[in-house]
Amino acid sequence: MPAFIIRRLAQSVFVMLVVAMVAFLMFNYVGDPVHQMVGIETSMQEREALREALGLNDPPLVQFARFVGHAVQGKFGLSYQYKRPVAELFEERLPATLELSLVAALFSLVIGIPMGVYTGLHRSGFLSRIFMTFSLIGISLPTFLIGILLIFVFAVILGWLPSYGRGEVVAIGGWTTGLLTISGLKALIMPAITLGMFQLTLIMRLIRSEMLEVLRTDYIKFARARGLTDRAINFGHALKNTLVPVITITGLQIGSIIAFAIITETVFQWPGMGLLFLQAIHNVDIPIMSAYLILVAFFFVVINLIVDILYYVVDPRLRVDMGKAGGHG
Amino acid sequence: MGKPASLQAVHIPLHRRAIDALRRAADGDVFYSFIHSPVTVAATAVTLLIILSAVLAPWIAPQDPFDMASLDLMDAHTPPSWMADGNPKYLLGTDDQGRDVLSTILYGSRISLEVGFLSVIFSMVLGVGLGIVSGYAGGWLDAVIMRIAEIQISFPAILIALLTDGILRTVIPEARAEELALTVLIFSIGISGWVQYARTVRSSTMVERNREYVQAARVIGIHPVKIMLRHILPNVMGPVLVIATIHLAVAIITEATLSFLGVGVPPTEPSLGTLIRIGNDYLFSGEWWITIFPSAALAILVLAVNLLGDWMRDALNPKLR
Repeated sequence: MPAFIIRRLAQSVFVMLVVAMVAFLMFNYVGDPVHQMVGIETSMQEREALREALGLNDPPLVQFARFVGHAVQGKFGLSYQYKRPVAELFEERLPATLELSLVAALFSLVIGIPMGVYTGLHRSGFLSRIFMTFSLIGISLPTFLIGILLIFVFAVILGWLPSYGRGEVVAIGGWTTGLLTISGLKALIMPAITLGMFQLTLIMRLIRSEMLEVLRTDYIKFARARGLTDRAINFGHALKNTLVPVITITGLQIGSIIAFAIITETVFQWPGMGLLFLQAIHNVDIPIMSAYLILVAFFFVVINLIVDILYYVVDPRLRVDMGKAGGHG
Repeated sequence: MGKPASLQAVHIPLHRRAIDALRRAADGDVFYSFIHSPVTVAATAVTLLIILSAVLAPWIAPQDPFDMASLDLMDAHTPPSWMADGNPKYLLGTDDQGRDVLSTILYGSRISLEVGFLSVIFSMVLGVGLGIVSGYAGGWLDAVIMRIAEIQISFPAILIALLTDGILRTVIPEARAEELALTVLIFSIGISGWVQYARTVRSSTMVERNREYVQAARVIGIHPVKIMLRHILPNVMGPVLVIATIHLAVAIITEATLSFLGVGVPPTEPSLGTLIRIGNDYLFSGEWWITIFPSAALAILVLAVNLLGDWMRDALNPKLR
């Protein structure tokens, strides 16, 4: 167990260093940072002095170490577009993205699990077929198309919901939330559905196939033989045993929700980190790009690490397998 | 290396062999399952229709949307022909520059498919190559390649493609951005999808490596590269084609998404994703046809390819399920 955790930790640190290296190379060698900071009338001497003061003449390795040091403290410099610290911009945008991602994840679980259980129990029912067709469409439609279709129907034709922005937000300490106002909630509905749709179909299909698998096992047959109610068998025994993979996948999907948030935020002009990053790509705002790169990689590495360790703790069978795999590799 | 004598001796005319092959195919399980799945037959027909009309776009499109001379700004924002202000010349209406929407869709799906196919080929060559080397060589090379694959698979493919694309776009000089946009896009989508090929090919290579024919080839001193290309490659390609079909749908979606986000195909020669992005600005002024028709075309294309891929996976390779 400790060996496994140490190996995973080492791998995580390695991934972070590689990502930091890419971000550092971009930061230092795409365009001239000094050029971005000074006006036209700055003389060559002043530029050179600034260059020296910023440490841009140091050996690359020293600069990289300094870059990593700053990144760990959350210092990513000034955005070229906004002329403000990148960390500050991210702090402003973080609540919007997290709120959206969380609500989307909840939506996909609350709708996806019952649909999965239903289609698992009634394999060839009429409603099951509709759900399965629906899930195929959910997988085939790109995220941004779902967003556009929702906007077209509910904002343009029916005029029920706003098509962009967060609505009114309330500030609580350093956090802004749209969950407490009516316009904020209304603005959240379509982005959350758009973002959660793919995860919903994934969870539904996963639960369905796990349920089908579990319902074939001997202990379910035995439970039936004992005369337990369907309800106790289906939910107490079957569903419970499908949850381990569901927890893992959901955990891993949190990362991909953050990734897909870039798309959803663009469709709905949602003022989150994804939109900030995309605008940074358009305007070649390197500090924001490299900070986002590092931040997202960090999210992913941490989530993967937690899920791997949880899985290892939850499922004893895995410990045996991993011991063997470790022996080979 | 010539063919073995036994094969050269029996000379069968080409057309007879073709007929035999067809007859064998028609008798097979695969063909049976194909014919008895109406959804698959329909999906195949739709996919072929879209590919064919995309390839033939210059000949069948009512208008050349890239020929500025043929465009008339007076015709801009014309609704579809069946609506009140419609013009029978433009079946699905026109966009903001007076381009016929049906023609832009035909040309757009051409670019979408082109980027999709080239990205899939790039992924496939990279993934199959690394997979064979990994499985055949083993040792530290295998460990390094598989560790990279493991790290990459923990990030969503679309994120890898977006990040690669975004970074490369800032690296290339602005003057060449337009002409390199497609190359950058294909590279980004391609690099995001190689892992699955590599993993599958690696495991089948590890099985083939210990087969007698490979050992025999090694014993008579054939170069390892030649063994991998000539002997192992043909035997591990089956599942690869299935993965490639499913991957094509993913690659088309990724291309459309990146183009929609404005970091993909440039608007001068738009793909379906670029068309949807352009049309999206006019959704609110009631000109829904500019964005909804390309969206529908994209959805139908992806759905058809997905259905085809699903069927292929089930019919050709039950193990991949």
